[in-house]
Amino acid sequence: MNDLQELYREVILDHNRHPRNFGELEDADRVVEGVNPLCGDRMTLYVKTDGQRVEDIRFKGTGCAISVASCSLMTEKAKGGSFAELETLFEQVHAMLTGDPPDAGSDLEKLDKLAVLSGVREYPSRVKCASLGWHALKSAIEGTEEPISTE
Amino acid sequence: MKKPSALTGLDGIAGLRADFPAIHQEIHGKPLAYLDSAASAQRPQAVIDAMVAHEQRNHANVHRGVHTLSQRATDAHEGAREKVRAHINAESSEEIIFTRGTTESINLVAASLGRIRLTSADEVLVTWMEHHSNIVPWQLICEQTGAKLVAVPMTPEGELDLDEYDRMLSERTKIVAVTHVSNALGTINPLEGIIAKAHNTGALVLVDGAQAAAHLSVDVRALNCDFYAFSGHKMYGPTGIGVLYGKSALLDAMPPYQGGGEMILTVTFEETTYNTLPYKFEAGTPNITGAVGLGATIDYLSGIDFEAIARHEADLLAYATAQLLELPGARVIGTAAHKAGVLSFTLADIHPHDIGTILDGEGVAIRTGHHCAMPVMEYFGVPATGRASFGLYNNRGDVDQFMVGLRRALELFT
Repeated sequence: MNDLQELYREVILDHNRHPRNFGELEDADRVVEGVNPLCGDRMTLYVKTDGQRVEDIRFKGTGCAISVASCSLMTEKAKGGSFAELETLFEQVHAMLTGDPPDAGSDLEKLDKLAVLSGVREYPSRVKCASLGWHALKSAIEGTEEPISTE
Repeated sequence: MKKPSALTGLDGIAGLRADFPAIHQEIHGKPLAYLDSAASAQRPQAVIDAMVAHEQRNHANVHRGVHTLSQRATDAHEGAREKVRAHINAESSEEIIFTRGTTESINLVAASLGRIRLTSADEVLVTWMEHHSNIVPWQLICEQTGAKLVAVPMTPEGELDLDEYDRMLSERTKIVAVTHVSNALGTINPLEGIIAKAHNTGALVLVDGAQAAAHLSVDVRALNCDFYAFSGHKMYGPTGIGVLYGKSALLDAMPPYQGGGEMILTVTFEETTYNTLPYKFEAGTPNITGAVGLGATIDYLSGIDFEAIARHEADLLAYATAQLLELPGARVIGTAAHKAGVLSFTLADIHPHDIGTILDGEGVAIRTGHHCAMPVMEYFGVPATGRASFGLYNNRGDVDQFMVGLRRALELFT
């Protein structure tokens, strides 16, 4: 049962109950749909940029606790970030979630609060839930705005 | 052939649990409570043994060689076909087509029958409770032929709205495709009336029997369905093998689904003459070991009273439903009067996927998600549900363990 507490840490439960930056963003210039067909998670990410930096970001949708909390944490971190910083952050988070390469996600201090997501690594079926919002962010800052699916 | 260790009656069914090796293991230090048979059922040792024995001694290609192993493999493969015929009471074994599973069976009928039967003036009638595999193949053929796909709605209990069905049936309806048992809700549909009414308007009926085969005794002649599709792995047999039953006159008139070896009599570059039934629809080397396993599955099931299975599963469903509804915020999705052993549910505002992970920590395996039935989720206004499904090897202890897991989820999330 300790494993489960490692996955569902208080920060994650809190962000699931009270997601930050939740709702639509009227003046978003980039909108990305994200779907996780396995569990039926659907989210829409709204990003307002100046072309180089995320000025504002919001999301809405339904999903499991892991995907909602991860997306909520992502928006907190992404707001104000430059595209270059966020690309790097995406790589770090991705490495932490998937454990690939094995040592890349070990520097959890750099990830600060996001380190609470590291428990997901022990649950391969849940990695897709945790990465949904992050893939949507990557798609938004790359300007592709293609609907993304974690299948 | 090893027969089931116990035969009929409620107590007899309980004894069958010992026949299923996969059930007897620990997951995360807890005994496994396998409540996901609607996704795929576990296999009895007798089925595993039959497949291993075939692989070890009798493997060769079928219908091709004059040598002994080829003859043995052919006998085993065709013997399995005859077992399937007897199991569903088809008139002739030429009406039994081996496929990869229910999905391929339905695709075969949609593509082959649809090609000769559908025009832009016609309709294919499905229902809101179909699995995607009984929707998408029809969408594909409707796109090609211009026919229209229409769906019969459900009631809030998750039963088919039969008044609406009557209204929607017309001379335009050429094919009715309906599930025997809903995988997402457990509803058992009243097929006899549905089929008779379709026939009255001149429509043909395909039944998706994937969820029924392990729980109900199926008699295709009594049902008078035109096609019946099911899979081995949902009835305690192997994956990769399934069946399409079709009335021989219809199958005879239908063009082949795939071309290749086995399905031909003669081939020149100008013309090919097709093989007789059932081989016309079995291009390429089949899943021989799968067919042997399916035959062994039917042998195993033939020793068991299906009414006793139904009583056993109904008892588990009632026991689990009553306990679930005592939990705060529990909702049962699908409350039809006639249900198979499927309990689809939501719990407070905990996402089913989180419930699934927490239950796994308690050794309990359930399915979570949309169950390949997104229209059902849409109808009930939920993105996903948890689904516990029961097989003949489950017992009340499995349900108790399930409840421990659900209480744990409530603790963690509220």
